[in-house]
Amino acid sequence: MTAIPDPHAVAPAPSVRAPADADPPPPPPRPFLTRLGDWASDDIPAAIALVVLSVIVACSIFAPWIAPHDPTLQNYDIILEAPSPDYLLGTDDLGRDVFSRLIHGASASVYAAFLSVGVAALLGIPVGLIAGYAGGYVDEAVSRIIDTFLSFPAIVLAIAVTGVLGIGLTNAMIAVGIVFAPQLARLARARALVLKQELYVDAARCFGASTGHILIRHVLPNAIQPVLVQMTLLMAVALLAEASLSFLGLGMQPPEPSWGSMIARAYLYIQLAPEQMWAPGIAILVTALSFNTLGESLREALDPTSR
Amino acid sequence: MLNQVQRRMLMRRVLQAIPVLILATFSVFMLLKMLPGDVAITLAGENATQERIEEIRTLYGLDRPLLVQYGDWVWGAVQGDLSKSLLSGEAVSDTLARVFPNTLFIVAYAILLAVLAGVPLGVLAASRAGGWADKLVMVFSSVGVALPNFWLAMIFVGAFALNRQWFPATGFTPASEDFGAAVWQATLPAVALAASGMAEVARQLRSSLVEVLESQHFRTLHAKGLSPRAILWKHGLRNVSVNLLTVISLLVNRTLAATVVVEVVFAIPGIGATIVDATLRRDFPVVQGVVLAMVVTVIVVNLIADMLYSVLDPRIAQR
Repeated sequence: MTAIPDPHAVAPAPSVRAPADADPPPPPPRPFLTRLGDWASDDIPAAIALVVLSVIVACSIFAPWIAPHDPTLQNYDIILEAPSPDYLLGTDDLGRDVFSRLIHGASASVYAAFLSVGVAALLGIPVGLIAGYAGGYVDEAVSRIIDTFLSFPAIVLAIAVTGVLGIGLTNAMIAVGIVFAPQLARLARARALVLKQELYVDAARCFGASTGHILIRHVLPNAIQPVLVQMTLLMAVALLAEASLSFLGLGMQPPEPSWGSMIARAYLYIQLAPEQMWAPGIAILVTALSFNTLGESLREALDPTSR
Repeated sequence: MLNQVQRRMLMRRVLQAIPVLILATFSVFMLLKMLPGDVAITLAGENATQERIEEIRTLYGLDRPLLVQYGDWVWGAVQGDLSKSLLSGEAVSDTLARVFPNTLFIVAYAILLAVLAGVPLGVLAASRAGGWADKLVMVFSSVGVALPNFWLAMIFVGAFALNRQWFPATGFTPASEDFGAAVWQATLPAVALAASGMAEVARQLRSSLVEVLESQHFRTLHAKGLSPRAILWKHGLRNVSVNLLTVISLLVNRTLAATVVVEVVFAIPGIGATIVDATLRRDFPVVQGVVLAMVVTVIVVNLIADMLYSVLDPRIAQR
């Protein structure tokens, strides 16, 4: 049965005035930590990935204070030793503490990932936005350049550039960044192509806003989401590229530790001490996996149709 | 077999590939121009006499305009002249002819393995979307994509070449000399390379297949009473074959890059080992030749894939 409304009852004023289909009042903004907690319990793998990456970035910054030993200190009395309380992951072929080298090695990886993806973003995003927004011949020309650089295998160009400019991690990772740039440019271009038809972009143009202003204030913020996702995923690729180059002796130079060069040294002693290759390899795998997990989670969060 | 639209489409693809090819070769050409200082002095090596430097300058035509130099270089490359190694004096084209088939063999082997293993995994995951098999395949493919393949290669060497001597740890016999031996020796490197490719194939196939299976016309197939197996394998796979082709052409690029490091692990005389060696010894013409070979290979493979699209899916040609 239904309750018969009392015709004499006085309803609260606001609900009488408000039309039936009005939006409910916005909920009060919740504290950042609560929202973070909700997200973490919603997507546990991504939360774990974020924690892992925070630890690795912290290691890369605070390595000298975290590491129990000097990563380059050689001690020929303790060569290729098994893990012990003093040397948590044992020692390498020159008697250096593997655990300390692992912590310091995070610096090379983080530096490489941020440098190459940073270069890619600085080159790729503006070029992509301008090409998509301008259209016509500019777009056609930029698209051919994008196609060209997409056909360069990243590591190969990095090797060639280090061969020419001199061996070193910075040169190599800038080269990797140049190879990555077209991937970001392509995404930014595709978004800009759509966004330039939007009403608010037209409106801004009518108000006499300059092209630069429109691109930065209206197109960029709306085009950035897929680019951010791709940047997170590229971090993992960059990390693997750094490890490969350092493994080949073309990246981080000794005695500075890097996970790739640690694997290379371990390979020399694979018969004597096969356990040496586990720690740096797992470090690379876990870090790359974390970047990928975070990227996929971002993609799903930003685009619910991508599943 | 091909209609007018498709033929026009193929022509357009080929024409689009030309500027890409020119830009790419120009970038490769410019690599040597990035050498700091006077290229002639660098190329002549240490303690070179002034005559030798002048000789190099004329030999390489370094005193002429850039575009003329580029034109000459491309014309030479087309005729198979990529100058000589600074160290061994061997013609770069001869080096490439010796080592590139080895790399192509391993890359082809790896891609074959990646597809043979990745397709069933992707289909399995898509047919049970959301189930535990799907989740397992997705976890597996996430790890596969994040695995450093040279590390995986080392694990294989430790487990299957040193502990149990099933496969050789190093060395390679060209497939043209002894095909059986080549397959045997290339197995560990190919499996190490295929791991990430397989993960990629499984992942892409799953997501495109899930999308197709949820579409309207697949509901119709269901309603018509077709068995789920026929829908999946006959109609589903046919609909995602274009996506599969995209992944494979992408894999060529990735695997060519990854093989560089894996070849070093297994001491295989391929172009990866060659470019690393040449870079460490600053043997620039060899570096340039290898990059050129790789880039042209990728462009040609992409072009073939693009052309196959319009055959596999006539809708693309009409766009």
